[in-house]
Amino acid sequence: MTLLRTVNLRKYFGDTHAVDNVNFTVAEGEFLSLVGSNGAGKTTLVNLISAFLHPDAGQILLDEKDITFSSVNDRVKSGIARSFQLVNLFDDLSAFDNVALAIFSREGKTQNLLALADHDSDVTLEADDLLHQFGLHDKQSITAGGLAQGERKLLDVAVAYALRPRLLFLDEPTSGVSTRDKLQIMDTISSVVRSGNVTAVVIEHDMDVVFKYSDRIVAMHEGTIFADGTPEEIRKNEEVATKLLGTARPG
Amino acid sequence: MTPRMPTRKTSPWRLAAFAAPVVLALLIVPAVFSPYQTQLLTYGLVFAIAALGFNLLLGYTGLLSFGHSAYFGLGAYTAAFMVRYLGVQSMELYILGGLIVTVLVSAVFGYICVRHTRIFFAILTLALSQVLWTLAYKFFWVTGGTDGIRIPFASLTLAAGLIDFTGRAVYQKFISFYYYYVLAFFLFSTAAMWVIVHSPFGKALQAIRDNEIRAEFLGVRVRRYRWLAFLVSGTFTGLAGTLWVPLNGLVTPDIVYWPFSGEIVFMSVLGGFRNFTGPIVGAVAFNFLKTYAIASTEYWQMALGIVLVVLVLALPAGLVGALRRGIARLRRKEEGAAPELRDDEQGAAQ
Repeated sequence: MTLLRTVNLRKYFGDTHAVDNVNFTVAEGEFLSLVGSNGAGKTTLVNLISAFLHPDAGQILLDEKDITFSSVNDRVKSGIARSFQLVNLFDDLSAFDNVALAIFSREGKTQNLLALADHDSDVTLEADDLLHQFGLHDKQSITAGGLAQGERKLLDVAVAYALRPRLLFLDEPTSGVSTRDKLQIMDTISSVVRSGNVTAVVIEHDMDVVFKYSDRIVAMHEGTIFADGTPEEIRKNEEVATKLLGTARPG
Repeated sequence: MTPRMPTRKTSPWRLAAFAAPVVLALLIVPAVFSPYQTQLLTYGLVFAIAALGFNLLLGYTGLLSFGHSAYFGLGAYTAAFMVRYLGVQSMELYILGGLIVTVLVSAVFGYICVRHTRIFFAILTLALSQVLWTLAYKFFWVTGGTDGIRIPFASLTLAAGLIDFTGRAVYQKFISFYYYYVLAFFLFSTAAMWVIVHSPFGKALQAIRDNEIRAEFLGVRVRRYRWLAFLVSGTFTGLAGTLWVPLNGLVTPDIVYWPFSGEIVFMSVLGGFRNFTGPIVGAVAFNFLKTYAIASTEYWQMALGIVLVVLVLALPAGLVGALRRGIARLRRKEEGAAPELRDDEQGAAQ
């Protein structure tokens, strides 16, 4: 069942056609990877869907409801959450508070100014559990700014996941970390997201990671989608091999 | 599996245990010190309430206001007008009136100011406070102009008329009673602000300060929360303005003028705006510093300027921040290791 689709979505920056009449679909429950070389339009597409940018033309439909011009806040409420390419956390708050804040926001409790935040046992337990799932439990009292890069990446995802979204966009969740940490991070993310039945769209450059974890892969080049299929189909796609991998056929 | 670490809760009892000796010391001040010293400390506590309010914006929301003299002045002028035009004598009514006016004006000014951040926010707050200063200065037939409005403490009543200041040795009686009156408001304001900054709302403000884009993508309505912070901040500062009136006995446009906004900023920087207690310590210290600087030299502004420069260069985290770092360093030395600091020990505004 289609959860989200875009219809002829377009975003130009001057002469650059960042997203050019893109028809992109995400099915409920899938783990989808969005691939493409730098400047292919992947992040711009996610920015448009998450309301970080406004499209020049086209439509964005969530459950067939037009959300093209809804605000960031409305999109978060409708179940769209995202992490960012460059880690985007509250660096002076503890790892625990980063996650707890997302839960407070989801529960509509952030307007409460007459109760102590860490005395809300429902939120505290959930944040505690979530940090445990992401393997950050022993780092909970450390400020986000004091975490290692891999931990920051995981926390970034955990904060978005704490919103209990229906559709989670992860923009390069493993960029800037070692190959060994990369697989560990993806194992954690994949396991948490799949166990929570959350639909995930991951922007990723590492094709090994993409082939290992994805249910479906969408490939972009110069603002358009040129390939869409299962990992097996994408692996055999000559155009993908040429445009993304620079070889005639991926091994 | 990683062993589960217990989450350390913010404990009001731990705070009470920490605050108890300080409160006890404050309670015996009139018995130990001269009325003059007690009066100076009363001023300090009043300014501490204003600085606490100001710091909700600077330390916790990341917005530097250069116009908080406006809200202090509103609280003060409301009380002065109530004396002059309504003949009101009750301090509680002044406070009620001051709060109503400050809330209303803060709501309007805040709505305008929070549409911008950084230097634009600072300039807007400064400009709006200058508008109020001009009104206080130019509408002299209403405000008394530079002569101001006199509010003799002898005509004042406290605690719903139960305490008045007629008869002999009235000045000493006033200072003593009024000190405790201000102290009660100071303790209440401090406790209220402590709860606010440790509430989900307070956490949302700190999130906005650290990363407003991410906060927005968590569903936090950034502009609305900034406005609410502005409102609370202005209200605390307005309360301080009203409490200041009987102490000073005279309200003039100087209290709305921009240098006083600068003094509130100075207080917070002196104590350390990244700590909850920083502005309190800064306000009390600044008041003593200024009083003794004025008494010592006619170039007192220069002396204060030098202090500020030295402070920013040598102690960027302020007096409290420097003290906390020193204590944390000592602890680490004693433990022979480098344990991770808790967030409230790192100079973060917790």
